Amino acid sequence: MSLRCEPWARTDKREDKENLFSPEIRAEIDQWVAKYPDEWKQSAVMAALRIVQDDNGGYLTQELMDKVADYLDMPPIAVYEVATFYSMFELSEVGRHKICVCTNVSCMICGSENIVEHLEKRLGIKMGQTTEDGRFTLKEVECLGACGGAPMFQIGKQYYENLTPELVDSILDSLEQDNGE
Amino acid sequence: MANEVCLRTLHLDRPWLLSSYESEGGYEALRKILKEKISQEEIIETVKTSGLRGRGGAGFPTGLKWSFINRSAPGEKYIVCNSDEGEPGTFKDRDILRYNPHALIEGMIIAGYAIGGTAGYNYIRGEFWEPYERFEAALEEAREAGLLGENILGSGFSFDIHTHLGGGAYVCGEETALLESIEGKKGQPRFKPPFPAMFGLYGRPTIINNTESLASIPDIIRQGGEWFRDLGVENSGGSKLFSISGNINNPGVFEIPMGTPFSELLGMAGGMKDGYKLKAVIPGGSSAPVLPAEVMMDLNMDYDSIAKAGSMLGSGAVIVIDDRQCMVKLLDRISYFYYEESCGQCTPCREGTGWMHRVVHRIENGEGRPEDMDLLDDVTQRIMGRTICALGDAAAMPVAAFIQHFREEFQYHIDHKKCMVGGR
Repeated sequence: MSLRCEPWARTDKREDKENLFSPEIRAEIDQWVAKYPDEWKQSAVMAALRIVQDDNGGYLTQELMDKVADYLDMPPIAVYEVATFYSMFELSEVGRHKICVCTNVSCMICGSENIVEHLEKRLGIKMGQTTEDGRFTLKEVECLGACGGAPMFQIGKQYYENLTPELVDSILDSLEQDNGE
Repeated sequence: MANEVCLRTLHLDRPWLLSSYESEGGYEALRKILKEKISQEEIIETVKTSGLRGRGGAGFPTGLKWSFINRSAPGEKYIVCNSDEGEPGTFKDRDILRYNPHALIEGMIIAGYAIGGTAGYNYIRGEFWEPYERFEAALEEAREAGLLGENILGSGFSFDIHTHLGGGAYVCGEETALLESIEGKKGQPRFKPPFPAMFGLYGRPTIINNTESLASIPDIIRQGGEWFRDLGVENSGGSKLFSISGNINNPGVFEIPMGTPFSELLGMAGGMKDGYKLKAVIPGGSSAPVLPAEVMMDLNMDYDSIAKAGSMLGSGAVIVIDDRQCMVKLLDRISYFYYEESCGQCTPCREGTGWMHRVVHRIENGEGRPEDMDLLDDVTQRIMGRTICALGDAAAMPVAAFIQHFREEFQYHIDHKKCMVGGR
């Protein structure tokens, strides 16, 4: 058996890549592309998906995935595979603030159920749902590697640890204020 | 004796800065290697002498792993750092990245030098944004100081490091899944052999080590393999970072010598919270078999002691469980995790994790059937050793161990349709 390790092949490479994304987005993606060997542009697919997802209010569309495929010379299916495999990519609309609550074992025995219950009550939604005003999405996630601060959740890039219902309220209050701008 | 290796800068104000690291002997090892042109063989021998074993969980001797690579092979050779910390209960690599990123950078450069490597990638899990920014800032500091990049310290040796961010997939902590992920694919583990040392990232010879393993390297070189080895005990060299969490007063990361009694570690972590009694401990991350309190209280925290008791030191993630907790409920959550995270490649794991979770879940919810205990035994047996990567075993081991040690709780759930603990 011979071993092969090759990037995905794309025969119909798109020439007008400048029309796919804004100059800022392209510059950001290109920074990631530069980290990898020239023929392995596809190594930047996760970074590219994250960048366009952030730019699109936190979720991906097929159109965006197709553009990423065009930009990195990948077959669209290869991009869909990645986007559907990794849990941080969202394939449908999410709220402005996605609250990722860890309910794994350390958080569970430290009271994550109370946190979930409090969030669901306050926001009037269940895990996996988005508030009607589009502000908040509740998402159950697996261990985020902050068990020393259990129970915890992540909103955006920020971790919030040692949560209590009172702390949750103050965090959400401050986020609601941000939205008022 | 604590915080002597990876967390050596922790007592300093802004411990993550280059100046902090250098005040604690940082980059002395790299400077010495480059100045004295210490041979690759000698470095690898020193790492072997140190007794350092893979700190990600598998415990494979690091020096031996390095020796597998064909250093004279032409072309690219890679060092990959596994910072995809995801084993439930583990949160130590996050602290290394946040508080002492330069130890990891120096370790990766030395590893690169030792195997004739040309570049390094640090795979940081995507949720770790703060650690990622710290690490990136440290890379920039190192480049500006001439410690990283082209012609390091004028030695002629060039090595650069790049960060790759994950996307939320536990299985990418498996080394070949991690390589696939860097290559821009789904993180599905590769069949082995060939091992990464021969056919790794982009098909090139590659060494993959855990964050803590690589961050231990500079001190091993600076203070000697024997020094590190003698911090620990026979067969478990050095000190180790333990992430201790659960029903305790002072959860956190403790860097202590291998072989420290569990009872001492529990003391450092402030003891049991609110006066509840210790019921059980998961000593090495959620895939490590759970051990009852009475067994655990007599154990030392090293590879052999924990293995003899039937569990694993794993990543050093110690989850402390008090007597309010229902073991069926805990296993329900743990088995859900492996079901959720199975990559779907191997049938025994893809289907078996679903079976295990559904059966444990129905027992937890008072719908257990008399034959369920045997069914779980059967399913675990049919997963263990029958999958490409260790996720299958990792999923099956907790199920087997929870039932072995707490069978009566499961039986009670099935017989009485309710919980033995707290009367739920």
